[in-house]
Amino acid sequence: MRASNLIKVAGKSIVKNKMRTLLTMLGIIIGVGAVIVMVAVGDGAKSQIERQIQNLGTNMLVITPGSSSAGGVSRGAGSFNRLKLEDAEKLRNESMYLSAISPVVTTFTQAVGPQGNWRTRINGVDVDYPLIRDWPVSSGSFFTAADVRQRKKVAIIGATVAEELFEDDDPVGQTIRVRNVPIQIIGVLAAKGQTAEGTDQDDVILAPHTTVGTRLSRWNFVSQILASTSSPGDIPAAQEEMKVIMRESHGLAAWEADDFEIKNQAELTEAAAGTTEVMTLLLAAIAGISLLVGGIGIMNIMLVSVTERTREIGIRMAIGARGTDVLTQFLIESIVMSILGGAVGVGLGFAGAQILGNVMGWQTLVNTDTVMVAIVFSAAVGIFFGFYPARKAASLNPIEALRYE
Amino acid sequence: MQVRGLRKTYTMGTNKVHALAGVDLDVRPGELIAIMGASGSGKSTMMNIIGCLDYPTEGSYTLDGIRADTLSKNELADIRNQKIGFVFQGFNLLPRTTALENVELPLLYDRSPGKKKTKELAKEALSMVGLGDRVDHVPSELSGGQQQRVAIARALVTKPAIVLADEPTGNLDSKTSVEVMDLFQTLNDKGITVLLVTHEHDVAEYAKRIIELKDGKIIRDQVQEQRRAADVAATMPTDGVLA
Repeated sequence: MRASNLIKVAGKSIVKNKMRTLLTMLGIIIGVGAVIVMVAVGDGAKSQIERQIQNLGTNMLVITPGSSSAGGVSRGAGSFNRLKLEDAEKLRNESMYLSAISPVVTTFTQAVGPQGNWRTRINGVDVDYPLIRDWPVSSGSFFTAADVRQRKKVAIIGATVAEELFEDDDPVGQTIRVRNVPIQIIGVLAAKGQTAEGTDQDDVILAPHTTVGTRLSRWNFVSQILASTSSPGDIPAAQEEMKVIMRESHGLAAWEADDFEIKNQAELTEAAAGTTEVMTLLLAAIAGISLLVGGIGIMNIMLVSVTERTREIGIRMAIGARGTDVLTQFLIESIVMSILGGAVGVGLGFAGAQILGNVMGWQTLVNTDTVMVAIVFSAAVGIFFGFYPARKAASLNPIEALRYE
Repeated sequence: MQVRGLRKTYTMGTNKVHALAGVDLDVRPGELIAIMGASGSGKSTMMNIIGCLDYPTEGSYTLDGIRADTLSKNELADIRNQKIGFVFQGFNLLPRTTALENVELPLLYDRSPGKKKTKELAKEALSMVGLGDRVDHVPSELSGGQQQRVAIARALVTKPAIVLADEPTGNLDSKTSVEVMDLFQTLNDKGITVLLVTHEHDVAEYAKRIIELKDGKIIRDQVQEQRRAADVAATMPTDGVLA
């Protein structure tokens, strides 16, 4: 039998038995739909987290204090603060790859404004900070290098702090008090939102690190040093270079371990994406199981259908269908039904993802890869679970099949 | 068609049942033969072997110059497709499928080279059985007699060497039976070889030659000089028209 005729015969059989076709397809429709929705939710979460990390800044490298050990007992990360302003200075002077460097001197304290007071984090930074963090001011301006040198009592506040201390007033030009020191607000940062961990990034006051280290805090607590390169390709080399400079700056002997850690943007992204990857896989596995159950449903209905159609198979064989013709017909029927079911499932899954996204407020993302995989997988399900019933149909004895009531 | 020393033995448990115990038969083109016999006489077995649905245990079977008893299953399927037309007692049409599509079906399984106009051939066959105006009807919209005529058209569409009819009138009333037999006679007059299996003497009398089987052997092979005419009018109520 010609292939075109086989497809015609199988197609007619599908069209003429709409109810049977629909029931058979239902499992695959639900299975594929579930895969699309689940993966869309997972991918949506992943892209959201990736975007949040991008928010931290571009090409950013972060040096944090490493663990120190005393007498072989590790005291954990940050147990002994070994970052100094001199480290940042040395990096700035000696590095070839770094285009921007800023120490971060951190203190927590109460800030008092005209409309209220608010406990917040004060970060003493350098002029490169907005560039490294990719974080512009929305009004006013950032402080200058001269401000840093002169330990000017100026600050730029985050959107949350602006809200708490000034409500609807324009903070630029006004004065707040921090530890009884009057500080003039010269700018407001653009709102940045929360980090992946849920920390509000806008709940911050930025001031020259010289001001924070001498006027607002009793010691220079350098919590991190931020740096960035001009292009992402420089990051590995920059990281190596920073390590050498930092070891020199800390006077570490060759046999001593690093007492600092350098992390780059890619590592942070990977770490966070890794968690969502696991979640996506888990969701996909659950959905995959439902697709498998759908496949078993196809097999079940195809098997029932072989029994129900025994006489039809007998007729086809009596008028000259070979075993392979019957096998191919049943196989084509199940493949067409699974692909059709897969296509409908993709449509429903797409709609489902949209609705779920709108109702639950989640970001969902349907990518073409998922759609392709779902359709290929449903065709594979059709072949795999269609083969056994098809072979059963093909091996029927025509005499008995014709006699079957 | 030639059959020599045909035997078919079924093993049921420890018993061996000889369904056919040595049958010789020659059928020449253009014959209209009725095979008769009570149930268990072996006529169904014989039908299955002649119809290339089953293999004989012993003996040879030649159809249109081809030794069918030595062919593979796939070759038998092709022989059934091209050389044999089946007509069954229960019509055996595909449900929800139009008369035309039912008749077209054997052509779709045709593996012989050359593209055929399957729709035209199917229409032609339906006109031959007088159903040229019923092509788009599905079996449930047709009467028993019409369904059987569709089945006959399906048997004829491939222009087979022989038409095998297994109790073709078994599910029909006497009036439609006569119509169907009339159709067989008409087709036979056009040169089509027909072999029908029946247990009704009435039906067998329409044939030119009657073969009777008993216990797997031919006990009668009789040529009817005067086959019974399938006079449709004779079965009609007379209502005093002839009186």
